[in-house]
Amino acid sequence: MILRSVPTFQSWPLAFGELDEMRRGMARLFDSLVESSGLQMAGVYPALNLTEDAESVHVRAELPGVKADDLVITMENDTLTIAGEREMPVEDDDGVSYHRREREWGKFRRSLAIPVHVDPDHVEARYRDGILTVTLAKSPHARPKQIAVQAEA
Amino acid sequence: MTAKTMERTGKELEPRAKQELTGAETTRPGRTYSPTVDIFESDDAITVLADMPGVRVDGLSIDLHEDVLTIDGRVANDLEGKDERVLMREYETGGYHREFRVTNLIDREKIDASLRDGVLRLRLPKAEAARPRRIEVRSR
Repeated sequence: MILRSVPTFQSWPLAFGELDEMRRGMARLFDSLVESSGLQMAGVYPALNLTEDAESVHVRAELPGVKADDLVITMENDTLTIAGEREMPVEDDDGVSYHRREREWGKFRRSLAIPVHVDPDHVEARYRDGILTVTLAKSPHARPKQIAVQAEA
Repeated sequence: MTAKTMERTGKELEPRAKQELTGAETTRPGRTYSPTVDIFESDDAITVLADMPGVRVDGLSIDLHEDVLTIDGRVANDLEGKDERVLMREYETGGYHREFRVTNLIDREKIDASLRDGVLRLRLPKAEAARPRRIEVRSR
């Protein structure tokens, strides 16, 4: 069943009223009824995605507004640790008043055991458009090898 | 955009699931999320900060039509390589969409938007007529 609702516009007391509030409420209700995402949640910030291709393992995290200089990435044995801080901006103007304050800030530290043998000397980290990508080169023996099949006469 | 001073605190960040939009608003394929925002107002402007990781300038559209402000962002499709296989997924990627009603009069010619490190900063200067005026109280 798909439920749709058309938001009714009232006069809003704030300068910013939100049009999609009701839709989001519906989305939340739906999410609480159906666990459809299939996502794994570690309960530690930031959420990570882990992928592999033939040569490398890639770890990605959405870290909008974090400066590259504020990220500390370490590799110890097979454990990758991403630590840093998202700073709270202090606005220059005196006497600003907030209509909404949803963005969060603070320190974070997340460790992840990499399930594939990687070379700790070949780990690269890039930060672009708010997304951190750590690329870890696989150890030679963890890379796929094609085995030639000998034809026997 | 002026340089901002920053403040460090000992607070720890907690993970929060991205807020996915469902239903009528999603008019394109793929997932769409509601970006988290800060909105603040000073005497001369309203500023919106929105977290939109993965969005680049060419994927961003901002529209103020009558009194409805729409922020829409598409993420680049090269966030992951084509031959990558997923080992673990804790977050999904998708576009961003959010609408607000702006009741202040805005000077449309002077709206300024910048995108940096996945954060949109949108400054909506108030029209002259909408700025607060101090009302003198006269005694008699």
